[in-house]
Amino acid sequence: MSEKFDVIVVGAGASGNAAAYTLAKAGLKVLQLERGETPGAKNVQGAILYADALERIIPDFREEAPLERHIIEQRMWVMDERSYVGSHFRSDDFNKPPYNRYTIIRARFDKWFSDKVKEAGALVICETTVKELLRDDKGKVVGVEVDRADGRIYADLVILADGVNSTLARKAGFRPELDPKHVALAVKEIHFLPADVIESRFNIKDDEGVVIEMMGKITHGMMGTGFLYTNSDSISVGVGCLLSDFMTQKITPYQLLEQLKAHPSVAPMLEGGEMKEYAAHLIPEGGYHAIPQIYGEGWMIVGDSGMFVNAVHREGSNLAMTTGRIAAETAIELSREGKAMSAANLARYRARLDDSFVIKDLKKYKDLPDLPDLLDSNKQFLTTYPELLNRSARAMLTVDGEDKRSKQKDIYRGFRAERSLFGLIGDAYKLWRAFR
Amino acid sequence: MHSVVCIKQVPDSAQIRVHPVTNTIMRQGVPAIINPYDLFALEEALRLKDRHGGRVTVITMGPPQAEAALRKALSFGADEIILVTDKAFAGADTLATSFALASAIRKIHESHPVTMVFTGKQTIDGDTAQVGPGIAKRLDLQLLTYVSRVAEVDEAGGTITVERRAEGGVQVLRTALPCLVTMLEGSNEMRRGSLPDQLRAARHELTRWDRVAAGIEDVTRIGLKGSPTVVNKVFTPSPRAEKAEMVTVDSGRAADLAVELIARIGGRFPVVEAELARRAG
Repeated sequence: MSEKFDVIVVGAGASGNAAAYTLAKAGLKVLQLERGETPGAKNVQGAILYADALERIIPDFREEAPLERHIIEQRMWVMDERSYVGSHFRSDDFNKPPYNRYTIIRARFDKWFSDKVKEAGALVICETTVKELLRDDKGKVVGVEVDRADGRIYADLVILADGVNSTLARKAGFRPELDPKHVALAVKEIHFLPADVIESRFNIKDDEGVVIEMMGKITHGMMGTGFLYTNSDSISVGVGCLLSDFMTQKITPYQLLEQLKAHPSVAPMLEGGEMKEYAAHLIPEGGYHAIPQIYGEGWMIVGDSGMFVNAVHREGSNLAMTTGRIAAETAIELSREGKAMSAANLARYRARLDDSFVIKDLKKYKDLPDLPDLLDSNKQFLTTYPELLNRSARAMLTVDGEDKRSKQKDIYRGFRAERSLFGLIGDAYKLWRAFR
Repeated sequence: MHSVVCIKQVPDSAQIRVHPVTNTIMRQGVPAIINPYDLFALEEALRLKDRHGGRVTVITMGPPQAEAALRKALSFGADEIILVTDKAFAGADTLATSFALASAIRKIHESHPVTMVFTGKQTIDGDTAQVGPGIAKRLDLQLLTYVSRVAEVDEAGGTITVERRAEGGVQVLRTALPCLVTMLEGSNEMRRGSLPDQLRAARHELTRWDRVAAGIEDVTRIGLKGSPTVVNKVFTPSPRAEKAEMVTVDSGRAADLAVELIARIGGRFPVVEAELARRAG
């Protein structure tokens, strides 16, 4: 008879680490299985760390976690091929500790997080893929089988934290195949630059950081955004679009990123940098309606595997950590009460999520994932409007002897030529409905 | 049958870069791996254990972080791992390293008599291929280098037969046990350890030996003091100036072009020209 654990956590990403850490810290016997060579080898993120979610798991993380810069300025750019119209928000209030958001480099951060998991007492095994869930004759999950000799191992509870693809959840029938309309494919690069160069380029000092979110023609009308984040001595730059759009547009993510990097407003920020890391990953953006059943007899699903991503606000890792923590807390409570890890008891996990920002936020934007359908027939949101916006700004700021009223008229005619009055009003309404 | 396998944790040379100004190796951010040649040594030792039973002990001399390499070795199926680590070992060259490892192996031998010692043929960071032979000499073991396969071990008869790659063929050699074997690349493929071995490796209480535990009294034989090698200069070879040249020729003029090219090459490399002339008779 092989060994038995209280809980097996499958995956060492943000959600798996949050779950394994919380469980082990409470004294449960935890085994965490990761298919990557090291914990974090398979993890990709922008990456912004939202302090709150981690603080609830490791309150003093700021003292030891490898954090890059805290964010004091957020820029939002609407771009055409040669220009952008932007809004920037910068506040010295963001310089008051404890800081709320940080840039991180996942390779470094995940190593630290995993070391914390080990310190807490969990057993972490890498380069080991879970092939399938083991069930008893009543169908209850009782363990897993991995791709190694003598690979069966047992536990009262299995937490699936195996990421967006979650072959395990699919194989077990917990979750349907991913819909390409509900998955974004994001690519990113990390470019190294000396800290002082970054600080002068972005008008920041010490550990201050800047985030730039980009949308518009850079995605060729595809549903998606670009981003640029400042790390301590590097810059993360990337772009992500819906998989379904990549399929129809026949453009590769890499081409899209190359074009973004060559944009006259982006290129100077990266100039002289040395590219050190290239990564690509899927992001589940199906939202509220795509959340599968997340608990059952002897199992729970956390993180990307459960589709917990708020695409509108670019939040994912915080939802991953929060779902991991709440799943763990549910298991700890049941274990202390001496109750079984049955579906009826694990239903508490879902109830708690319903009460948390995780489900509340996803519910708020529950119809947004239909946006692709909306935008599919309404490409103007991502191509025409950004272009008109930039054209308008250019016209108003070019001093060439033409009077301003005439310019305004030209701009208005420009909008009307591209879209009818009803079209414009209709578009405004559609957007309002989606984000309401 | 008790095999001791010596491994070294090295920076993954495929990902290493040289600092443009100081000419030193930039180790920052470069993943540490088990020296690839040592994996062939470990796998060969594990295969011997599969066939004859017994025990495989893996040993390394290095800084505390070399623990990761040892745990990895354990997860492949080794029985015991020993980290020989002490500030006094710092700065060791191959002479001091082989002295320290030989002492440690002698110490292992006291509790579990050693039949064989395995090493990789060389490391990918030092590339000297001296530590294995250095250990053999100090422990008075028979030495077999560049071994591609251990064909047979006759424990009762106290002999070992190996295949050794040599220029122009394979030598089949037999010698007396105990012996030290340095393994060649490509001779086997590291196994995938079982799940119980993974669990064991993650939990294993690491044995750490400092200088005293490794049975070393004379501090002048180890570390920087015991290392006569002096690095005089480190430099990055500059790329060669000569470039290959693609020549095309109209049909019928090939012979003329060949003569012209030989003259050009001969002008720059008289030795080549002389050799060509000699061969042409």
